[in-house]
Amino acid sequence: MNWKNILNVAMKSILRNRMRSLLTMLGIIIGVAAVIVMVAIGKGAQAQIEDQIGTLGTNVIIAFPNASRAGGVSQGAGSNGGRFTLDDVDKIEKNATQLAGVSPVIRSGVQAIGGSGNWSTSIYGVSPSYLDIRQWPLASGEFFTDREIRSRSKVCVIGKTVVDNLFPNQDPVGQEIRLRNVPFKVIGVLTQKGQNAAGADQDDAILAPSTTVLDRLSGGRFIQQLMASAASPAQMTQAQEEMRGLLRESHRLQPGEDDDFVIRNQTEIAEAAQQTTQVLTLLLASIAGVSLVVGGIGIMNIMLVSVTERTREIGIRMAIGARGSDVLTQFLVESVVLGLCGGIIGILTGVGVAQLVQAVSDLHTKIDPSIVILSFIFSGAVGVFFGFYPARKAAALNPIEALRYE
Amino acid sequence: MNSVIKTSGIRKVYSSGDVEVVALATIDLTIEPGEFVAIMGSSGSGKSTLMNILGCLDYPTSGEYFLDGVKVNGLGRNELADIRNTKIGFVFQGFNLLPRTSAVENVELPLFYNRTRTEKDSDIRKLAEEALNRVGLGGRIHHEPSQLSGGQQQRVAIARALVNRPALILADEPTGNLDSRTSVEVLALFQELNEQGITVILVTHEPDIAEYTKRVIEMRDGSVLKDEPVAERRNAAADLAARSSVTGRE
Repeated sequence: MNWKNILNVAMKSILRNRMRSLLTMLGIIIGVAAVIVMVAIGKGAQAQIEDQIGTLGTNVIIAFPNASRAGGVSQGAGSNGGRFTLDDVDKIEKNATQLAGVSPVIRSGVQAIGGSGNWSTSIYGVSPSYLDIRQWPLASGEFFTDREIRSRSKVCVIGKTVVDNLFPNQDPVGQEIRLRNVPFKVIGVLTQKGQNAAGADQDDAILAPSTTVLDRLSGGRFIQQLMASAASPAQMTQAQEEMRGLLRESHRLQPGEDDDFVIRNQTEIAEAAQQTTQVLTLLLASIAGVSLVVGGIGIMNIMLVSVTERTREIGIRMAIGARGSDVLTQFLVESVVLGLCGGIIGILTGVGVAQLVQAVSDLHTKIDPSIVILSFIFSGAVGVFFGFYPARKAAALNPIEALRYE
Repeated sequence: MNSVIKTSGIRKVYSSGDVEVVALATIDLTIEPGEFVAIMGSSGSGKSTLMNILGCLDYPTSGEYFLDGVKVNGLGRNELADIRNTKIGFVFQGFNLLPRTSAVENVELPLFYNRTRTEKDSDIRKLAEEALNRVGLGGRIHHEPSQLSGGQQQRVAIARALVNRPALILADEPTGNLDSRTSVEVLALFQELNEQGITVILVTHEPDIAEYTKRVIEMRDGSVLKDEPVAERRNAAADLAARSSVTGRE
């Protein structure tokens, strides 16, 4: 038999029982569509997280004080108890060779009064290199410099959300806002950055010189976080090690003593966030995989019925010279065609549903072409796997008995 | 030239448990090219078993069987399938055409399974049409079995049997489902094909059908009871002409 003829016979037999074939394929259709939609949602979420982590900046390295040790018993006399001070920042700034910049981050919640009302937001005490580290350009005005740091100037740069709430329809640059009764002059406005990986609004922020915030607002000398950026992506590891060494020196840690801080880089933060979505994607995909197997059993069931129904036809074909392998091929092709048709309908359904989800909800979906190809191949493989037993049963029929079958 | 069929000491024994049933007891049979043989016998005489063995659908328990010079017993399933395809053309009582499949597609089927075919795939349709022309159905090649009368269906089956140019046509009660006039028409076709040199074996239990052949083998209880040429052979074409003049048809 040539392939054209085999395919022709298979198509005829499938089209002859349209409703039955469709119901048979339904398991595969649902399975494939589910896989595609699940993975599209998973990939969409992942892409979104990647975008958001990208908003952190480039080559970013973050150091946190080690909280568990800050209150622990191992704090020696004279140590900073695992907290950062501006001395640490100075030390890094002066000695680092692998870092493009470093900035303290001192966060404090404040009520901002000015312009048309008041707004509860956060102020961040940072150094002039902060915007370069975060790759965060200004929309208008200017940023403060080392001179403002030294003079503890009461100047600030505000984010888009603060602008919208305090200065709608006016230019905030040159205006004044009061934070805990301290007047700050607005010298610049930040561009919009959107949500971060945790879903927080990054534009709801006021940036001011670190010294000013420490002296006038937070009332202490401790810094919650250090943010730095490596000179290039290739230098990430060395930069991280260098920063660690300098912080150990600055904290006067003896060799063998544990770090009293934690350093993370952007890649590690991204990986942690991705792991969650990957687990979710895997879980959903395996549920969808189960329904593919169920679909395969449906195909096997109908193929067994088909072999029984067509026993006489098989007998006729054998009498006129079909070998067992010819009969096997024919039924196998039929179940593979069933599987692939189900796969194609499933892919179309899945892509459609993914687009619908994107349109009606705020979930982002991203169709993964490799999953489309994989599910197509997989639905064919389901056809082969579950069609093999019925096809072999057909091929093993005795022609005399098959001819006599009523 | 090889004998079309040569069997020596063919036996077929069915055993169920301890009981052995002898279906065929030592058959020695030779059929030469161009013969037209009727195998007769009542049900249980072993003629169906013999037919299945001669048709390479079943194995003899012992003995040797040569078909067109090829030793058949001892061959595997695949070789037997190939022999059925190229050397034997089957015609059945119930026609056994594929339903919902046009006449020409039914006739094409043996060509598709033919592994030794020299004609190209693109010539298959033409060969099938030629075979249908030969049985007088050239005008109905796209009709499905359900749109054809019993006689026409049997002609399609005969075209299908002819299409691979077999050494032998094996017809199992080919007129069993047909009325008497159509039966004679089909027999006329067999006689015509036999005149063209095709060997035909016809299994039947009706003596008047056997009268159209050249040699009658009568079986009883698994053995050949009688094997003799037909003395007064009837001509199906002449009978048809006579019938027409009597009934005024045609």
